[in-house]
Amino acid sequence: MDAIILLTLTGLGLAALYFLVASGLSLVFGLADVLNFAHGLFLGVGAYATWWAAGNLPGAGPDGLGFVVAVAFGVAAGTLMAVLVELVLIRPLYSRTIEQVLVTVGLSLAGVALLQATWGADARPFPRPAWTREVTSIFGAQVPNGGLLLIVAATLVLGAILAFLRWTRYGLIIRAGVENREMVTALGIDVRKAFTLVFAIGGAAAALAGALGSVYFGTVSPQQGGSLLIFAFIVVVIGGMGSVVGSAYAAVAVGLLQQFVNYYGTSGLGDICVVALLAVVLLLRPQGIAGKAVTA
Amino acid sequence: MTEVKSPEVSAPPAAVPDELTEQPGRWGRLRPFLPLVALVVALILPYSTLHLPGIFEGALNSPGTLQLLAVCLVFGGLAAGYDLLFGRTGMLSFGHALYFAAGVYGTDILITRAGLPLWQAAPLAIVGGTILAGLLGAVALRTVGIAFAMVTLAFAQVGAILVARDFGGLTGGEEGLPLDVAGLPDGLVGVTNTVNLYWLALAYLVVVVFVVHRVSGSPTGRVLAGLRDDERRIGVLGLDPYRFKLVAFTLAGGLASAGGVVYCLIVGGASPHITSSELTLSLLVMVVLGGPGTRWGPVLGGILYMYLDHRLVSFGTSDAVNALPAFLSRPLSQPLFVLGTVFILAVYFFPGGLASLAPRLALLRDSLRPGSRQQG
Repeated sequence: MDAIILLTLTGLGLAALYFLVASGLSLVFGLADVLNFAHGLFLGVGAYATWWAAGNLPGAGPDGLGFVVAVAFGVAAGTLMAVLVELVLIRPLYSRTIEQVLVTVGLSLAGVALLQATWGADARPFPRPAWTREVTSIFGAQVPNGGLLLIVAATLVLGAILAFLRWTRYGLIIRAGVENREMVTALGIDVRKAFTLVFAIGGAAAALAGALGSVYFGTVSPQQGGSLLIFAFIVVVIGGMGSVVGSAYAAVAVGLLQQFVNYYGTSGLGDICVVALLAVVLLLRPQGIAGKAVTA
Repeated sequence: MTEVKSPEVSAPPAAVPDELTEQPGRWGRLRPFLPLVALVVALILPYSTLHLPGIFEGALNSPGTLQLLAVCLVFGGLAAGYDLLFGRTGMLSFGHALYFAAGVYGTDILITRAGLPLWQAAPLAIVGGTILAGLLGAVALRTVGIAFAMVTLAFAQVGAILVARDFGGLTGGEEGLPLDVAGLPDGLVGVTNTVNLYWLALAYLVVVVFVVHRVSGSPTGRVLAGLRDDERRIGVLGLDPYRFKLVAFTLAGGLASAGGVVYCLIVGGASPHITSSELTLSLLVMVVLGGPGTRWGPVLGGILYMYLDHRLVSFGTSDAVNALPAFLSRPLSQPLFVLGTVFILAVYFFPGGLASLAPRLALLRDSLRPGSRQQG
């Protein structure tokens, strides 16, 4: 019983990480049709900015309020990066999908290499508050606090994004844009502002994932983003492109499946089961759990 | 934006005045023979003891240089095979590394673990890779566009996990699997025989270019080009897009696994990094840099990319770069940073890649020549 609770909670922690990365990817893809390979870079920027701030920024530190400041700095850096990428690189190429993918591919290669050039290829220990290294006893299971922190953060982000989409004017524009972008443009609304906005939201969520994920793993390395990104892609496809709620369900399914199969089966089998799940979902329901119908 | 000046380029004039028709110059007449000249140069290259300081470290026929050249040639062929999917059929596959890895690991496992001789292992690996491509393609092609890209990426990821986790102790996991030379013919073993591997790589490149050329010139190739431009129209014409795409996908997979066999022999083993999605991404970079959908662009792109990837490492540690301030020298010491940046610039400013460079330069020359373009 302990093992099941522990696996469920660590699986949810993993799911939280996937969701933070996938929610932005899904919104960006749903609204702007951009498959963003540079999303892993936003995650890396967030993680390294937090790591840097904890050591160098006045007022920030590895503990207490200083840690909150450091994470805030990391999220701000990731958001800024995402907005700059959208404005400078993606915007001139709108409606040219393949070129956009190519540019984000180039950016992910160059960006990760730049992180590697600046801070080295090896993983570095991440400064984290003492309490995140401890465990909490929940129904007899010893659950690491870092994972719980991820779950709380992802739940808050999910709530915030849903509230934003439901009750604000820009949220309405984004929802309408995902449904039918041409119609929104035809109504005289500048949908490109919404593009920048979803990039900013996605960048912020990814940077938060980078910072909190590094807390969870205890290290930060340039390649971290890339390996998470593939599973985030899978989550986005299973959840349905453009649907935040779908991403949340899919993230939970993927995280739990991966964690349980990796524990009870051979290590690595869980990752393969996730891909099998993807194949099954695509064959039975190509538009994903909550997605709009995919058009060619 | 490159679109702005395009009307001048693409609008065909109703009647071309004599002075504007392209007169074949001294080089223009040679153009059709250029590939042949390049092949002859590649053939006599191992007999040359020429030193090219700065370009290659040793003499041209030294084993190190020949091995680098052989790897470049294999990737030239791989890029040409990938272009069959991306440039000619318009399929964006992110899983091409899987079929290449199937060739590499297939050969390596069959020779080293199963003890088969090369002449049995190589065809088995190629057939296996082709069948794998056919099966996975049959599933993946049920999706289109970006979803297809994601599914192929996910399938390739399974391959990477299988290799890295070393199920059944076959692949050697993270450390890779060195090739057991006992199963190889003597002519392919040892440093002195590197030249034979070079021939092998050259032969592979020639075969791939020939196959891609024949396919794209055939009726099937015209259907593939039609799929790239307008898939729905091909469907309306009564042809089944799914079947043609599957043919292209399987053929490209087979070519990639053949390249894997050659690569395995050149490098003398398999290492898990060739299964990563980064390899597919670099194939994509090669094709786009070279010029998708052209005969020689992807080949040139592949050769140049691999060459730069190897040589930029020593360029990055050279004195000229080290003398620069740290914020410049550090990024320049990362080949991927340089290549990624060049790639982004190429997407913006040279959408046709290297292959489009010559016509563009000719256009520039013409517009600079006084009095040549009064009408323009």
